Amino acid sequence: MKFHRIYALSIRHLYLIKSSFPRILDLIYWPTIQIILWGFISQFFTMYSDYYNNTIGVILSCAILYDFLFRSSISFNMLFLEEIWSRNFTNLFVAPLKLSEIITALTSTALLRTLIGIIPAIILMNPLFGVSLLQMGPPLFLLFLSLYLFGTTLGLLVTSGLLRFGPAFENVAWSSLFILAPLGCVYYPLSILPEWLQILAKGLPLVYLFEEARSILVNNVVNYNNIMAALALNLFYFAGAIFIFYLAFYGARKKGTLVNMGE
Amino acid sequence: MIEINDISKKYKSTLAVKNISFKIKKNTIVGLLGPNGCGKTTTIGMLLGLIKPTSGSVFIDGKNIEKENNRTKILEKVNFISPYVELPKKLTVEENLKVYGRMYGVNNLQDKILNLMEDLNLLDFKKRKTGELSSGQKNRVSLAKALINDPEILLLDEPTASLDPDVGDYIRTYIENFAAKKGTTILLASHNMNEVERLCNEVMMMKNGKIIDKGTCNELIKKHGRKNLEETFLKIVRE
Repeated sequence: MKFHRIYALSIRHLYLIKSSFPRILDLIYWPTIQIILWGFISQFFTMYSDYYNNTIGVILSCAILYDFLFRSSISFNMLFLEEIWSRNFTNLFVAPLKLSEIITALTSTALLRTLIGIIPAIILMNPLFGVSLLQMGPPLFLLFLSLYLFGTTLGLLVTSGLLRFGPAFENVAWSSLFILAPLGCVYYPLSILPEWLQILAKGLPLVYLFEEARSILVNNVVNYNNIMAALALNLFYFAGAIFIFYLAFYGARKKGTLVNMGE
Repeated sequence: MIEINDISKKYKSTLAVKNISFKIKKNTIVGLLGPNGCGKTTTIGMLLGLIKPTSGSVFIDGKNIEKENNRTKILEKVNFISPYVELPKKLTVEENLKVYGRMYGVNNLQDKILNLMEDLNLLDFKKRKTGELSSGQKNRVSLAKALINDPEILLLDEPTASLDPDVGDYIRTYIENFAAKKGTTILLASHNMNEVERLCNEVMMMKNGKIIDKGTCNELIKKHGRKNLEETFLKIVRE
């Protein structure tokens, strides 16, 4: 891997972000709206639910963690879709870029794009609702890392579909996370799901992460087993997604979709 | 420099390219002519490693492009321009050239960009967004991108399509001078027969995925008993 090529692909997207104020506003707008909405819902539950009694910010914290996951996945997809929309796709694949460099550039730029959106929302949590994510302590970093890995994994799977099937796969890019959200147990414990769905849900790292977040916030107990289980699952899925991305590239070369891909 | 051995490309039941072979020597400009859908773009796609041949092999500078380790090394020396491929519209001309200059690992990039902008009359548009330019100006920016790495091999897919005669002539002259100065090997796919006659040392005619004739422009014109390349092209295509 060559740094100058990773840097080149990254600055292409940074130029794009800095060139447009509405684009930056759009990145910040949705996470902030989410926080305000879930902040009020959270306040309501705190007052009227036994489970959430005296645990201000459990739903809100889970909402922001879920939004972080959502933004990382969407950011990854968006970076790839931008190339298709601008009809620049073929230029990239005739440049001396390795697939590993493309993945690294998209992964790091997607993180930056996600942070631009999510940091203002996290900062606003405290003055607006008196909740700070930092109260979760050091495990918070591991939760973010795991969520980011899972977001990138989903991004890689969607971009694999875009590579293989072309822009027609775009709708899946928007809906990918909504399919998994009910199984992720973001706002409710795993025990709410029917038993057969619990088995499926346990195959996802999200369950361990959100169960752990609730455990830290409600019981003040950190269970590193949950965090490590999520991390292990994430690494497994991430490696699988990279493999699928490579397969999709070779499939696209066979099918000829790398030539003239555009809207 | 470029060697294609018996390549074919099949999409489901359609055979887009059928067992074609050719060699292009260093410092030559070869035209690839043929009606729409005859397999020109597929052939260029295979040369660039964008399309995997169903059979056969592509060697560039003695290296097989299908080998993963060779691909990046080959593409460092190659560049490409096509009217169907654009540069990011929201980036300025300078930003686009910086991005691609870095991607190709160009040394003294700032000087290189300035020289290209000067040569291609782009200095006035340096800070303009690429999407705001006219098609002639955009074409010059794409050409600047295609020349940013001083390519040893340049693949040009209809480089002057939809340009007015003045801009078209400017681009042709620039390519001609660039190739003469740098010794670039060029494969030019075009429907503009005057352009091909002016630029190419040799021409290959494609029809239904096959190379059906090749030679210098004069050889082909003489062989088919026509006045110019356009008439020769029409005769071959309609036969």
